[in-house]
This record gives sequence, structure tokens and C-alpha cells, in this order.
Amino acid sequence: MAKFGKKQKVSENIPTSALPDIIFMLLFFFMVTTVLREQEILVEQKIPAATQLQKLQKKTLISYIFIGKPKDTATYGTEPRVQANDALMATSDIVQWVNQERDMLPEADRGLITISMKVDRDVKMGPISDVQSELREADARRVLYASIGKVQK
Amino acid sequence: MARKKNRMSTEVNAGSMADIAFLLLIFFLVTTTIASDKGILNILPPKLDPNNPPPEIDLNARNIFNILINANDQLLVEDEFRDNSEGLDEDVKAFILNFGAPNEEATALYNGLPSSLKALAKRDPESSDHPGEAVVSIKTNRGTSYEKYLEVFDLAKKAYFDIYAERVNLTTDEYRALSGKDDAEVSLQDRGKEGIPMAISIAEPDKIGS
Repeated sequence: MAKFGKKQKVSENIPTSALPDIIFMLLFFFMVTTVLREQEILVEQKIPAATQLQKLQKKTLISYIFIGKPKDTATYGTEPRVQANDALMATSDIVQWVNQERDMLPEADRGLITISMKVDRDVKMGPISDVQSELREADARRVLYASIGKVQK
Repeated sequence: MARKKNRMSTEVNAGSMADIAFLLLIFFLVTTTIASDKGILNILPPKLDPNNPPPEIDLNARNIFNILINANDQLLVEDEFRDNSEGLDEDVKAFILNFGAPNEEATALYNGLPSSLKALAKRDPESSDHPGEAVVSIKTNRGTSYEKYLEVFDLAKKAYFDIYAERVNLTTDEYRALSGKDDAEVSLQDRGKEGIPMAISIAEPDKIGS
């Protein structure tokens, strides 16, 4: 007769000492790719998709403008607004803002300032062209229409 | 002797390390926004000087590829109505490479093109003279949606990038990814662009439909 009771016990411990290593690896990945958000975005942002995306080399030259419907519609209404840094601003203040941003760059790079326009896809061209004519006024002519990659068929 | 000493267990209990690492991991997972500094680059025209208006440049109408987008996102391409932008990039390419009346320089350019691009040259006298003259003009309404505008602008850029890439034997994606960091990449970029300037003009939108 077989004896069931006397089966030898196998060690039940699964070695988990490699687990922290794996977690740390993931952790470092996220630490490296993370950009802590510098500002709170006050306008809606559904970035449109496009195919011909280019990546800019020098990130320090980029300043961001956000355009979209304010999230807080009770205070700011439903018309698209412009946000630069962490405050909504009037279109006429853009020239001053660009000059401030430009002053923060090193002397040699001032002509290369690039404005990344993060525009909600529901915005019409009217406010955008107003912003663009202000940017022309401020002589910040490199504009990047921020967009995400479109899945190509 | 030291060798005979009973060794203490040297293993450090590392079980809670995983917990701590998890905690940090979750923190970074939550706060992460993977930076997306990609987009379509556009160079705006210089500002107008009211005392010194820009010289009137007479471009023949045949050298301008007109794209109008109205407030309902409908397109008028070269006076033809279109409901969507399908195939627009091919039309722009055919327009740029038409070589209707090339001058000496453009003839040399034409001879240097790969045969797949030569095949696009229809030599239509009603279309552009040569790539150096051709301008793609996009005009919107104030009521046009940004999404549509970007789509059309994207296609116009695609036409140019397709041509550039074809000339240097790369795929369009590879050409766009050239960073210009070393000389080899810069020379590839220049060879692609040579003689074919990217001329996309964004006209001031008119007031209707805001």
C-alpha cells in the first residue's frame, strides 16, 4: 500500500529577491521619462492628430501656449482662451509674454525661440490667427503646432 | 579559529524593499506625463511694416496651388469643390513637380531627379512652371476648425517630405527623423531640399463665419 502521509514536503518559498530589482528597473524608467508638470493647465486640451510630426532638438527654446475652452466655465466663460505659463491672458499680452520668455534664453539663441501651440481641436481658426498675428508682431516666428501621431492606414 | 565560528545568516530581509519600490513606482506612474514635444513646424511670415509695405510680387496664378477651407470645413482646391482631403497630397506633389516651363536651372534639377519623380512631371502649361516658383497657398475662414486646417497643412507638408525623401532614397518617416546632428545627416537633408523650397503660404483668414 502506498503511504500518502509520508510524502516529502517541498519547500514552498518562491524566491522573491529579484522582485525589487524588477520594480526598481521600472521605477528608474519612469523617473527618467517623467517631466513633473510645471503648470496647471486651465484650458481643455484635446490635441489633434497629424502624420508629419517633427521633433525639436533643443527643448530649452520652446515656450508653450495653450488655447482651448476654459475648464472653469463658470468663471471664464466658454469662449476659447489663451493660457501661457500658469495664467490665462488676453491676446494683446502675448507680445509682452514672448519678450519675457525670450529674455530668459541665452543671447545667442534668442532668435530661435519656438512657440509650441497646444490647441484644442475644437477651437476655430479665428482665435488662432489672432494669436499668430501677435506672434508675428513679437517676431517669434517659429511656431510648432503640437500634435500627436495619427495611426496610418 | 575563525573558520570554525558559526556563521550568522548574512541575508538581509529584503521583502519590504519591494513594497517601498512599488510605492515610488506608483507615485511616478501617476505623476508622469511622457513629454510630447512633437508637432508640425511652421515659420510665420515676418511682421508687416506699415511704412514699408512688401514689394508686390507678381506670381502667375498657375504657380499658386490654392486651397480654400470654408467655415463648414469644405475644401475648394484649385477651384474644384471637395468634401474631404483625400488624395490632396498627391495633387500637391503633382503640382510641385509639374515643370510646365522650366528655366535652365530647373531643367538641370529635373534631370537630377529619380525616375519615379520624373514620372510625375506632366508638363502642363496651366500648372506650375517649376518647383522653385510653385507655392501652395492655404486660406481658411475664421470659422474653420483647427483640426481641418492642421489636416490640410499636414498633407501639404507630406507632399514636400515625400519628394525630399524620394530624392535621397529614404522613406518619408526616415527623412523626417533626420536630426541634422552630424554632417552626413545634414548633407542628406540638403540634398533632399535642394532646388525645391518648401513654400507653403498661410493666408490671413477672412472674417466670415467667426
